Amino acid sequence: MLGVERGKAGVHFPAAVSVVFFLCSLLSALPVAAFPLKASDTPNDGGGNITLEWTAPVPVAKEWTLVRRERGGTFAPVTTIEGTVHSYRDGAVQTGVVYEYQLVAQPTNPQLDSEISGATQALASKFDWTKLNVLVVSGIFFLLLFFYIRQAQSGVRWTFRKIPGLDAIEEAIGRATEMGRGVLYVPGVQEIDDIQTIASMILLTKVARMTAKYETNLLVPTNSPGVYTVAEEVVKSAYADVGRADAYRGDQVRYITSEQFAYVAAVNGMMLRERPAANFLLGAFFAESLLLAETGHSVGAIQIAGTANVHQMPFFVVACDYTLIGEEYYAASALLSNDARLLGSLKASDTVKIFLIVVIVAGSLLLTFGQTWLAGFFSTQ
Amino acid sequence: MKRTVPFFITLLSGLFCLIAFFVPHPWIHESYGAVQTWAIVVVGCTYVLGVANLLRVNVQQAQRREGDWIYKIVLIVGLLTTMAVGFSEGNHYSDVTSHFNWIYRTFYSPMTSTMFALLAFFIASAAFRAFRIRSPEALLLAIAAFILMLGRVPLGNAISHYIPDAADWLMEIPQNAAKRGILIGAALGVMATGIRVILGLEKAYGGGGEGGA
Repeated sequence: MLGVERGKAGVHFPAAVSVVFFLCSLLSALPVAAFPLKASDTPNDGGGNITLEWTAPVPVAKEWTLVRRERGGTFAPVTTIEGTVHSYRDGAVQTGVVYEYQLVAQPTNPQLDSEISGATQALASKFDWTKLNVLVVSGIFFLLLFFYIRQAQSGVRWTFRKIPGLDAIEEAIGRATEMGRGVLYVPGVQEIDDIQTIASMILLTKVARMTAKYETNLLVPTNSPGVYTVAEEVVKSAYADVGRADAYRGDQVRYITSEQFAYVAAVNGMMLRERPAANFLLGAFFAESLLLAETGHSVGAIQIAGTANVHQMPFFVVACDYTLIGEEYYAASALLSNDARLLGSLKASDTVKIFLIVVIVAGSLLLTFGQTWLAGFFSTQ
Repeated sequence: MKRTVPFFITLLSGLFCLIAFFVPHPWIHESYGAVQTWAIVVVGCTYVLGVANLLRVNVQQAQRREGDWIYKIVLIVGLLTTMAVGFSEGNHYSDVTSHFNWIYRTFYSPMTSTMFALLAFFIASAAFRAFRIRSPEALLLAIAAFILMLGRVPLGNAISHYIPDAADWLMEIPQNAAKRGILIGAALGVMATGIRVILGLEKAYGGGGEGGA
């Protein structure tokens, strides 16, 4: 029985092989199914962008020529893309116009070309959803701020830790008054639109009021004409606030130059000539921080520095008597004023900080157990 | 009135910029671009005020023969000459062969480099004070700095390959942790300050106001 079966198979084998080869050649002659090309509006932008994604077949083309047409029009090349790439963002489209795309293989091989994508158009988003985390935290901050301001208005008071640098401001100005020397206030080297410079202008008000009250000379060299204009107004108003408008002189606030090291040379020259008893270095500083602080130290001035530029903090810590670090610098005006509403904003800031610490710890624990949703929500672009 | 108008301008501008941060739609972003252009124009105008102040202060000091008055003369002559040369060369002021460029390369650039080079000496004197061990914290700082400096030069690796590893660990773990802590605190400070200014709680900014010292 077995022998008979084997014998039959042996008889039909050449015919079967022929059929297989025939089918194979037939299949190879058929065109390969084109791979899909997905075109969609790029999300969270102001329009003008379409994102293309594809999974190319194997073997892939060496390069693709991306072609585009408006619906009903003819294709025109947009760009050339490496064969190994799987996505592309076309940023040269008009918002609201419907487009179709195709990837054309290079060297030319129509069998490797993609399908024509579905018709799509670039749209302008009304909200950037990647910034939802920022909106959530900002929203929490706003709510807390209004809550604590209301509490402050109803008489609630909080205790904040003492910041030695702030207590030293009046002491430094008092020392300058006793020594009959001046006070030098350097508001950093950034423009007036920088938040550190804005915070510096707020602190300048407090310092100017004290120097006006004690009749101590105040010198404010600025490195931007924008900062000069605001600083002049701030100092003039501060003198007027304490009833000393007549004591303000036009050369107290000066524009020096916008060039970093030329500014340093001028301010160091002032320190060496005027020999101020107190130097305030409050604002955004870069490579000039140590040049200023060391010169100030060499003339024996009490130096109070404050910045949020992390890389300059060590220089100030080493060369100055007191340094306001990061958030201390921003909190300084509120703590100095003792205004309940301003202190409410500090309380809100502290509460959000606790919230963020909880989120960081919870996110780390969740990541440890393979849960990425919380870390993903708080990731930034 | 003097404080109400600036307050409303600040409030509206602040809220508008806040909305522009979250809304990418051209309705908002095109207007935001226009506001930024206005800001550039305003800053451009302040240069006139700045240069006027610079000239006024230095001319007065030179007239009064105050200390180092001769440098004030050098400054005024330098400023006026550079401006005159720059304006006379029009759009070609930044060409390699221009006189303005020659002034920049011959005077300004070497002087700036000299000031920057002084930083090396200031760092040395500051480091001398910083590494005087007067407290446990200063001891920790000195040890960390010693390991870091040794780990960043070939000698450290020649002594032991653990030293560069220790230097990297110091930078990546404790240094990064402290830095991020400071940055988070500073970011919240930025938010608090920004909101205080936008809502007019910090009335001192922009001239005058109550509260304070």
